[in-house]
Amino acid sequence: MASGNVILNEIEAPLIAKKAKPGQFVILKAGERGERIPLTMAEADPERGTITVIYKVVGKSTELFKNLREGDSYQDAVGPLGQPTHLERVGNVTCVGGGTGVAVLYPITRGLKGAGNRVISIIGARTADRIILEEEMKSVSDELFVCTDDGSRGHHGFVTEILKKVLEEETLNLAVAVGPVLMMKLVSEMTRPYDVKTIVSLNPIMIDGTGMCGGCRVLVDGENKFACVDGPEFDGHKVDFDQLIQRLGAYESEERESSMAHRCRLDR
Amino acid sequence: MTALGRRHPKSRESIRISKRDKMSDNKKKLNLNRVSMPKQSPEERRHNFSEVALGYAEDQAAEEADRCIQCKNPRCMEGCPVGIDIPAFIRAVRDGEMEDAVRIIKAKNSLPGICGRVCPQEVQCESRCVLEKKGAPIAIGRLERFVADWESKNALPDRPRRSAEFQAGKRVAVVGAGPAGITAAADLARMGHQVTVFEALHDAGGVLIYGIPEFRLPKAIVRSEVEYVKSLGVTFELDSVVGRLVQVDELLKNGFDAVFLGIGAGAPRFLGVPGENLNGVYSANEYLTRVNLMKAYRFPEYDTPIRQGKRVAVVGGGNVAMDAARCAVRLGAEEVHVVYRRSEAEMPARLEEIENAKEEGVIFDFLTNPTRFVADDRGRVAGMEVVRMVLGEPDESGRRRPVVEKGSERIVDVDTVIIAVGTTPNPLLPGNTPGLETTRWGTIVVNDSGRTSREGVWAGGDITTGGATVISAMGAGKRSAEDIDRWLREDGPWSR
Repeated sequence: MASGNVILNEIEAPLIAKKAKPGQFVILKAGERGERIPLTMAEADPERGTITVIYKVVGKSTELFKNLREGDSYQDAVGPLGQPTHLERVGNVTCVGGGTGVAVLYPITRGLKGAGNRVISIIGARTADRIILEEEMKSVSDELFVCTDDGSRGHHGFVTEILKKVLEEETLNLAVAVGPVLMMKLVSEMTRPYDVKTIVSLNPIMIDGTGMCGGCRVLVDGENKFACVDGPEFDGHKVDFDQLIQRLGAYESEERESSMAHRCRLDR
Repeated sequence: MTALGRRHPKSRESIRISKRDKMSDNKKKLNLNRVSMPKQSPEERRHNFSEVALGYAEDQAAEEADRCIQCKNPRCMEGCPVGIDIPAFIRAVRDGEMEDAVRIIKAKNSLPGICGRVCPQEVQCESRCVLEKKGAPIAIGRLERFVADWESKNALPDRPRRSAEFQAGKRVAVVGAGPAGITAAADLARMGHQVTVFEALHDAGGVLIYGIPEFRLPKAIVRSEVEYVKSLGVTFELDSVVGRLVQVDELLKNGFDAVFLGIGAGAPRFLGVPGENLNGVYSANEYLTRVNLMKAYRFPEYDTPIRQGKRVAVVGGGNVAMDAARCAVRLGAEEVHVVYRRSEAEMPARLEEIENAKEEGVIFDFLTNPTRFVADDRGRVAGMEVVRMVLGEPDESGRRRPVVEKGSERIVDVDTVIIAVGTTPNPLLPGNTPGLETTRWGTIVVNDSGRTSREGVWAGGDITTGGATVISAMGAGKRSAEDIDRWLREDGPWSR
């Protein structure tokens, strides 16, 4: 897999693998004292009985996940959760992914390609070694553009710059964007004047993932939706991204405290 | 050996006789005051999550049990949703026959440690006690709790187990490991059925584990009562979301002869006022789940964080509001307000819990209702606009309807808000089960025995009634279990 702090786990979970569809997520908990973390599945293989998640190490819990060795177990894996992607033939589609969001984008792209669409994919990362699933994305796309912030691979710049060109040159029937919230917001803003329906996969803070707490609530078209049961995919033109960004920052200081405490223990 | 412990049969016999001699003294005066239960002091308990009520000591339990006049036609039993033989178990406590007391209770109720603590006895068994009219009713709940706690310390070798009578290999799936599901599962297992409980969360207990705080119901009690249900042969499948991982139809197709749905009314209700999505505004479900299930009060030892507010407002007047407010106190808040739109008389919370909250310093703002939440520059809640209410004409429920007093808006400082204005049925499972009839409020339609519109599917507890009590859910689980057993034995046609 890509270098650095991007991790792939293939997890034995035959029941989940049998039911999972593109766009759905699982909740993982590493140990007794762990928190419940939602991750959208990159792959589900019913024959092998496994599901695959790809995540970036950003704090204590993903650090704990990363430290699991082959043969170790997550204490809890719950899923499949959320609504599957609505996969149908609409014509020309663009799939835009940033960072580890490409892991979530890949099964959706494959599904859209399989449904008979013409797919133009645009994936990006900060540097070449952070690009993930390039070959896989290529195999399910009619055209694939790769972008890096530093120009170390493909287009030197952001995915939105390629998207702009595609919007000018092509008549698109659907756009899908998965990645950092800011990127999904920008993609949605760009497609709006072209009236291209845009699906985004949101990643708010979650606890149970089954609709009982409302911690993951997002404002969609002025109405509160629970991303865990109504989503995680929504119409990007209707999502209040600024509120989502604000809510994602709710525990910034606690997250820092938790990571610090964890690292201090490791250093001891 | 202690007075109420297990002892040599002979010595027990002699003690019993001496006690009976005392009892036969008919001139004994009726004691109208119940024995009070020791509690942690408010100053002490404000700083910990340990249980507030400490339970009766042996002599206190015996003294309280001795107050019971052993009615010929005991009305208290009519008030118990699961029909425990109350005078009989109290007599056993009085006589020091603790094993008998356990057996008598467990014949009807598999979860006495839980019920003795969280049942609203004042509107159930204790409200029917004949002493209620003359003075204080017998403290039935405290005595039930005493028996349960005694049992957990003195494991009985021959406590009620599976019935050998009916082993026809019938399989029952119970969806949801809350009070309704656990009760149904325990009863069905004792009737000889093979029971599997499917639970969405990573721990069994439902609201007992994620909702009711440790200081009111220690999780060790829930765990040990769940272990007892396991000892009856019930299998628990945790992390299993029925409606996503597996559908009700698949359960019926794949070998389950009957399904009981005890999935609760776990979806939170919000106020729908501006600013409700600001950081620091929680549903009570989220707040309590973080605190109780995820142990956020022990962050960073446990990984789940929670806002440790200084000025906390809890909106609502039920038991959930009391639980949330008292958790906030223990998380170190300087000021915790319960904001309720009606007056104290209309509060649905238990009197005892309101008193506990007051003792712990919770402030009550009655006839007050939030109209919007105000943000600081980082999108966190910093203020709450409230209006004063006046009580108008009674509504359909008979309670006087609160009406806004014009021009009474004011802004109060808060940094954490917990919305505890009720829950609604979670549509995840009903929405994925074709042919399952629901009302427009999302509750599942059932008959008196819990039968739904789908053959072989029963439902009970909050998913059929909307948010109610632990014991009424247990009663529903019990009634459904009886009917499931009857239907499985007779294998008759499905009718409602």
